[in-house]
Amino acid sequence: MASETSQATLHSSVSDVAAGGAAHASHGPTGLLRWLVTTNHKEIGSLYLIFSLVMLFIGGSMALVIRAELFQPGMQYVQPEFFNQMTTMHGLIMVFGAIMPAFVGLANWMIPMQIGAPDMALPRLNNFSFWLLPVAFGILLSTLFMEGGGPNFGWTFYAPLSTTFAPPSTSFFIMSIHLAGISSILGAINIIATILNLRTPGMRLMDMSLFVWTWLITAFLLIAVMPVLAGVVTMMLMDINFGTSFFDAAGGGDPVLFQHLFWFFGHPEVYIMILPAFGIVSLIVPTFARKRLFGYASMVYATASIALLSFVVWAHHMFTVGLPLTAELFFMYSTMLIAVPTGVKVFNWIATLFRGSITFEVPMLFALGFIVMFTIGGLSGVMLAIVPADFQYHDTYFVVAHFHYVLVPGALFAIMAAVYFWLPKWTGHYASETLGKWHFWLSVIGVNLTFFPMHFSGLAGMPRRIPDYALQFADFNMISSIGGFLFGFSQLIFVWVVIKAVRGGRKAPAKAWEGAEGLEWTVPSPAPLHTFDTPPAYDPQTDSPSRH
Amino acid sequence: MGRILYAYLYAASICLIVLSTTAQASSINTSSGFNMPPGVTEISREVYSLHMTILWICVAIAVVVFGVMFYSLIVYRKSKGAKPAHFHENTTVEIIWTAVPLVILVLMAVPATATLKKMYDTSDAELDVLVTGYQWRWRYEYLEEDVSFFSNLATPREQIYEAEEKGDFYLVEVDEPMVVPTGVKVRLLLTANDVIHSWWVPDLAVKKDAIPGFINETWFKVDEPGIYRGQCAELCGRDHAFMPIEVKAVSPDEYQLWLASRREAAEAEVAGADREWSLDELMERGAGTYNTYCAACHQPQGQGLPPMFPALAGVGMSVDPDGLRAHKEIVLYGKTGTAMPAFGSTLSAAELAAVITYERNAWGNDTGDLIQPSAIRAMLESQ
Amino acid sequence: MDQQQRQAGVQRTVIRTLWVLLGMVGFTVALVPLYDVFCEITGLNGKTADSAQVISAQGVDDSREVRVQLVTRSGNGLPWRLVALDPVVTVHPGQISQVRFEFTNVGEQQSSGRAVPSVSPSAGARHFRKMECFCFEQQWLQPGESMQLPLVFQVDPDLPKDIRTLTLAYTLYPMDEVVALGGFRD
Repeated sequence: MASETSQATLHSSVSDVAAGGAAHASHGPTGLLRWLVTTNHKEIGSLYLIFSLVMLFIGGSMALVIRAELFQPGMQYVQPEFFNQMTTMHGLIMVFGAIMPAFVGLANWMIPMQIGAPDMALPRLNNFSFWLLPVAFGILLSTLFMEGGGPNFGWTFYAPLSTTFAPPSTSFFIMSIHLAGISSILGAINIIATILNLRTPGMRLMDMSLFVWTWLITAFLLIAVMPVLAGVVTMMLMDINFGTSFFDAAGGGDPVLFQHLFWFFGHPEVYIMILPAFGIVSLIVPTFARKRLFGYASMVYATASIALLSFVVWAHHMFTVGLPLTAELFFMYSTMLIAVPTGVKVFNWIATLFRGSITFEVPMLFALGFIVMFTIGGLSGVMLAIVPADFQYHDTYFVVAHFHYVLVPGALFAIMAAVYFWLPKWTGHYASETLGKWHFWLSVIGVNLTFFPMHFSGLAGMPRRIPDYALQFADFNMISSIGGFLFGFSQLIFVWVVIKAVRGGRKAPAKAWEGAEGLEWTVPSPAPLHTFDTPPAYDPQTDSPSRH
Repeated sequence: MGRILYAYLYAASICLIVLSTTAQASSINTSSGFNMPPGVTEISREVYSLHMTILWICVAIAVVVFGVMFYSLIVYRKSKGAKPAHFHENTTVEIIWTAVPLVILVLMAVPATATLKKMYDTSDAELDVLVTGYQWRWRYEYLEEDVSFFSNLATPREQIYEAEEKGDFYLVEVDEPMVVPTGVKVRLLLTANDVIHSWWVPDLAVKKDAIPGFINETWFKVDEPGIYRGQCAELCGRDHAFMPIEVKAVSPDEYQLWLASRREAAEAEVAGADREWSLDELMERGAGTYNTYCAACHQPQGQGLPPMFPALAGVGMSVDPDGLRAHKEIVLYGKTGTAMPAFGSTLSAAELAAVITYERNAWGNDTGDLIQPSAIRAMLESQ
Repeated sequence: MDQQQRQAGVQRTVIRTLWVLLGMVGFTVALVPLYDVFCEITGLNGKTADSAQVISAQGVDDSREVRVQLVTRSGNGLPWRLVALDPVVTVHPGQISQVRFEFTNVGEQQSSGRAVPSVSPSAGARHFRKMECFCFEQQWLQPGESMQLPLVFQVDPDLPKDIRTLTLAYTLYPMDEVVALGGFRD
């Protein structure tokens, strides 16, 4: 078994992948099998990250198919039914295959190292939760080649379009969602068990890094809402195959029930994709401002309040379904309320920058990009909460612009920032500053060129999820498409940066960044396969991010 | 690297210049092209001003937040010799930046609540129209006026597939617009036949979901005559992009004339079922009906899109000599659990007879079956 | 903290999270009936009660008139015709009224269908009380058979003052393939 691997091995797991999977000297299985059975949190973390990178490119290619078709009015490259499969699969793959697994990968790598634990609490379960994912997404991708094509009803798969009127492959889609859901639940249980039990002696909850904190809260969200997702797809499966009518008015069911159930899962899901990003940014900003995070405690409370509020705002995705006036008002007010804790977070980051000693290494650039563009997405979110105006925004490109601002320069930039931040720890080498800066600036230009014009086309009246549009929207769509290709191809630089850092580069010391704090910077770079076999000494008076 | 980027941006800017000089597309609504349309109703103008208020508040917040942020980034650079301060909390400041946003939110919520209440007040409407979403067209039924019709996309296929130049109202034009009188409060009742659709006309600030089996309602009142265009706003399958909405507001007198002409046309349709039709007549009429109502799923050449939409050319009941009855029934009553609607209650006997005849004789099906409108009428009346 | 203590802690946490998980699964299952109850109480989505209701004895409010519109629609796949014989009636809140609907099977086989009601505006749905309705059960019709069925209803005097028109729409659906799980629970 990999756990028997010699402790003398100092090579990181990432370097093995790049070296063609060649295993280093160990007594356990070698080659591919080693990766199949590994229970080491660092190796599993790498597997998650590599998987999510592959999914990012698959989902990204689908986005480029969409943008190519929308480059100008008229149908040029694909048929509407394939276009719908692309929008659906792009959403599903990015949400469940790219963003979520990337955060789980980061959690696997960093949570044990940040709390001084030797590994995750349940290493074998950890291996299982990862390997469910390639199976789930293998099934999902295979539906594209089935008769009638893959899922074509949007990533929100509203019934009855996704039940009575769905292609035959829908049962496979449901199966893949179940597998991905089980993977997430098992991952969440493991993370909770690790954080609550394996902290080094002396580390209290309020001494944990904000990345650990946000992940703890995220894991609870996962446990709370993944069963709802599983339930809703099970009901779909029964409606399709066993003649029930949960969502079919013909049998006494209700299509709107689907939307309530879906968004009861779906809104917390949105925060599942952003809370860990908050944690990452809360580590990177203080590091490169060389100043302690402003308002550690309020950051924790703000994260918890966002998580709690996420359970009472779901119907803001459904303002046009015809809810009673009182319900519309309730969900409008509760949604607006979320702006308060979110604002607190942004203000805290800026207060951290204020009177710091700031440098602009690549992780910091991505974190700063996150703050600016996430705030833009947050502000358009406030606009979307206003029901009368939402009647005009709903299901238009304005919404597409909004959620891409919080998910691409939001969640994805935070993941990129995290990779640049911890790459020296993982590989022992700094990422190339020059290439990293090219990657950052091209991404910023690409992202804004793609998504900012979508605000305009949406406001002017362009619905989302359409393969063809009126001539009035042509200009902004052309700009969006140009931006989309620029952004997509810029990500190849990222792959090159990572491969380069794995192979070599400027050597990193244990504490890779001057202003870095936390236990992970006390172990050598690259981090040995096994760290903290004995819990490290920890004194909250000097080591805690909440110390006075 | 730099050269590639340069070439790319150069090509992109050429594209944009070409685009901005050639495609002077006409506006399909009252939008300036990059902002929400102010629209043509009292409500739509109120929504627009609400939108602008919130927008400016958000812009102001962004300016302040980013102002402080960029000030810090410029002034407190390490390269300029900035030394880090040591503060990391301040209760007063934290209370202020929790309370101030709350106050701003309340200020936004007040006008929003007032406008929403008005939008929900459907009482005292003078005209009720039932709007039904189908895959992929809208149907309007003027309750208590005995007028009803489908409204289909009017843009020809050739324009969509680049064989013809696109018209000004590409994809936002219909064969039969919904006509309403000006100055009259119109109450819309919305439902759907198959999946969820959403009826959206930006200039009226009306967007409401049409849900199968359920009824929703909303209202609008247009003061100015004109044509106001919109689209389905909820993903409803393959041709979601191709089910536009056109609302034509005319003076009350003109509206009455229109109603009369609709009724006359409907009577002429009914009368058409009394006489004998020739095969050529039926085939010609049937081709038109087929292309409007059937071709989106079963395809112009009858090849279908299996497995969701079966082929009609050369296979199945449309070539089976014994399949005539089943063929008629499926067209008239639809098929459970599929997108095939019951056309019997919505198309005229002549259209139904023609389209069934067409399907049994076009694309080499050549069954020679000729179905008379009178036979269809007898079926529907079941005597 | 030693190794054993940690292991015990992990086990305890896992068991607790599994309980939370199980609770959420139960909650999800419960959401479906809860939603139905919620709809019935609030009239959400224009749903009305699916069994006969008792007459509200609050007396007739002669000062107000409510226009009740009756709309019929046919779903896909049932060769039936459903006609509201009294498409519009004007009633006083509290008054008990009867309207008739005609069902005709124009097909060649015996078939079964059910009319699914929806009331708009939804705020008025729970004030629309049905004493007798064909929508409580499914109907069977022989080929060519036609029957008239009544709807006996009362508009509750508690109906909000600003609602002056109520629309009741019936959509007719075939009933052959429907399993009584997650759907009609009668």
